[in-house]
Amino acid sequence: MSKEIIKIQDLKREFTMGTETVHALKGISFSIQEGEFVTIMGSSGSGKSTMLNILGCLDQPTSGVYEIDGVSMKDLSRNELATIRNEKIGFIFQSYNLLARTSAIENVELPLLYNSKVTSEERRERAIKALEMVGLGERLHHTPSQLSGGQQQRVAIARSLVNNPVMILADEATGNLDTRTSYEIMSLFQELNKKGITITFVTHEPDIATFSSRTVVLKDGEIMQDYQNHDVQSAATELAKLPKQDH
Amino acid sequence: MRLLNLFKIATKAIILNKTRTLLTMLGIIIGVASVIAMLAIGEGSKESIRTTISAMGSNMITIQPGADSRGPARGSGGDVQTLTLANYETIKEQSNLISYITPVVNGNGQVINGSNNWPSSIYGVNPEYLDIKVVGLQSGSMFTDAEVKSASKVVVIGQTVVDNVFPDGQEPVGQMIRFNNIPFKVIGVLEEKGENTFGQDQDDVVIAPYTTVQKRILAIDHLNQIVASAISEDDAPAAVTQVSEILRTEHKLLDNEEDDFSVRSMEELISTFSSTSEMLTILLVAVASISLLIGGIGIMNIMYVSVKERTKEIGLRMAVGGKGSDILMQFLIEAILISITGGVLGVLLGLGVTVFIEKFLNWPTSVALYSIVISFAVCAVTGIFFGWYPARKASALDPITALRYE
Repeated sequence: MSKEIIKIQDLKREFTMGTETVHALKGISFSIQEGEFVTIMGSSGSGKSTMLNILGCLDQPTSGVYEIDGVSMKDLSRNELATIRNEKIGFIFQSYNLLARTSAIENVELPLLYNSKVTSEERRERAIKALEMVGLGERLHHTPSQLSGGQQQRVAIARSLVNNPVMILADEATGNLDTRTSYEIMSLFQELNKKGITITFVTHEPDIATFSSRTVVLKDGEIMQDYQNHDVQSAATELAKLPKQDH
Repeated sequence: MRLLNLFKIATKAIILNKTRTLLTMLGIIIGVASVIAMLAIGEGSKESIRTTISAMGSNMITIQPGADSRGPARGSGGDVQTLTLANYETIKEQSNLISYITPVVNGNGQVINGSNNWPSSIYGVNPEYLDIKVVGLQSGSMFTDAEVKSASKVVVIGQTVVDNVFPDGQEPVGQMIRFNNIPFKVIGVLEEKGENTFGQDQDDVVIAPYTTVQKRILAIDHLNQIVASAISEDDAPAAVTQVSEILRTEHKLLDNEEDDFSVRSMEELISTFSSTSEMLTILLVAVASISLLIGGIGIMNIMYVSVKERTKEIGLRMAVGGKGSDILMQFLIEAILISITGGVLGVLLGLGVTVFIEKFLNWPTSVALYSIVISFAVCAVTGIFFGWYPARKASALDPITALRYE
C-alpha cells in the first residue's frame, strides 16, 4: 500500500476582483500517491496556475482540504508555509530561476541555507550529490551564464532535490527548451521517478503527458479528466528516435 | 547558524556588486571622514588656544575701556576713553591681589631705519610689562621707570622688526630708528615668540615708555588698556572682582549703571575663545553630519533599487523556504555591512586627512576617541535606519507575484 502524499478534497479558490468574484477552482478532489508521476494539464484560464500555487504552498485555498504528507494547509501562517515549502517541496520553474553570477553548487545549496538543521558541511555534501544525480558532477563551479539552458534546468532540478522533498513540483519545466533538450530533461525526470521520487508536472504540452504515469486535465476550474497512463513512453527512447543534430 | 547563513548571503550580494557598493559607501565614507577631521580640527584649535593663552601668562588680567560686550566681534575699545592714568594709579595703590600692573597705549606706524621701513605696532607700557607678558630680552635692556617718567625716546623691538629694518644683520641695540618720523634709540630686543594661535606675529612689536607714546606719537591722555597680573593664578578671579569694584568707585557708577570698562582674566579669555571654537566645531560637525545623512539616504536608495531589481530572486528565496524575516534580515545585514564598512573606511580616511592637515597645512589637530566611537555608532544606526524600509518592503512581497515579476 503506497503512501498518500497529496490529499485534496473539494478544494475551492476564489479571487475577488473589485466587485466580481472569480472562481478559479470550483471544488476539486484528487490525491497523489508516493512515487507517482502526475502531469496536470490545462489551457490558460483552466485554473492550472492557481492549482500549482496551492500545491506549492505559495497560496492557500478559500475552502476545502489540502494535505501534504499528512500536514493540513488550513490556517497556516506565512512562516509555517515557508517551512513546509522548505522541507517538503522541490520547485522547478520554466525560466530556471537560478541566481545569476552564482555557481551551480551555491545555487543548489540555496534551500538548505534556510534550514538551520543542516550544517555547512552537510549542505555542501548534499549539493554535490544532487548535482551528480542530474549529471553535472563536473560543473559544480560554473555560473548559470556558463551553462546551456538544459544544464541550467538540471541545476534547478538538483536544487529541487537537495532538501529531499516529498514531491517535486515542476512548472512548465521544459517550456523554454528545444525538443531534444526537453526529452533529455524528461528522461531525467523519469529516472528520478524510478528512484521513487514523486513528481507533479504542470504543463500545457500534451506530449509531455505521455511520459507520465497519470494525467489530470483541468478545465474552467474543474477536473475534466483524471486517468492512469498505461502506456508510458520512455523519454530516452524518444530521444534516440530524434534525428541526429548537426553541430 | 541561520544568521550566519544570512550573513553569507548578504556578503555575497555585496561582493557581486562591488562598484555599486563602493559608490554607495562613498557617501558614508565622506561623511564619517569629515566628521572625524572636523572634530580633530576643532579639538586641536581648542587645545592650542589654551596653550597659547597660558603661555601668554595665565594670571594676566586685562582691563579695557567700554562696556563688556563679550564675544568674537568686540568693537574697538580704543574709541572709548574711560580709562585714564588716574585709574591705573588707583588700582596700583588699592589692589592687594595684583603683583604687576602697566598702562597700555598702542598705535600703528612705520618703523624706519635708513632706507628700510616696516609697518608695525607700538605699545606704550611701563617696565612691568615684560613680567606680566612673561617675555625676556635676547639683548640690551628694558627701559627704566626713570625713562618712563622723562618720556625718553627709547624702544625695545621684536625680532620681526629687527629682521625687517636691520636686514644686514647689524646689531640693533644702540642704533637709532624712527617710528612715524620720531627718532628712537633701540635699547633692547625681545625674545622670539613666534606666531600665536590667532595667527598674530608676537615678534612684530615695538615697545616704548607709555608716556612717550601718549605724548609724542598718539597725543592722547587716556589709556587703551591696563594690563596687570594677579599674584597667583588662583587669585585671578578675585582680582578681577576687586579691580572692578575699585574702578566702579573711581568712575562713580551707581548700582544700576553698567560698567563702562571690562576686566577679564586669562581664564575667561580662554573660555571665550574656546566657546568660539566650540561653536565653530559644532557648525563643522553639523555640516559633516548632513553629509553622513545624505550617505544614509544613498544607502536607502540603493537598497530600494536592489530590492526592486532582485524581486524575482526574493520570490525564489521565498519559494524554497525563505521566511519574510529571513529576507528582511538579509537586506538589513546588507545595508548594515555597507554602512559599517563605509564607517571603517571613513574613520581611516578621516585619520589620514587629519594627519595631512597637521603636516601640510600646519593646523593643530587632535583626534578625540569619542569622535571615532560616535561616528561609528552613527554608521551602524544609519545602516539599520535606512536599510529597514527597503528590507521591510522586500520581506512583505508576495512570493507568487515576486516569482512572476519580470
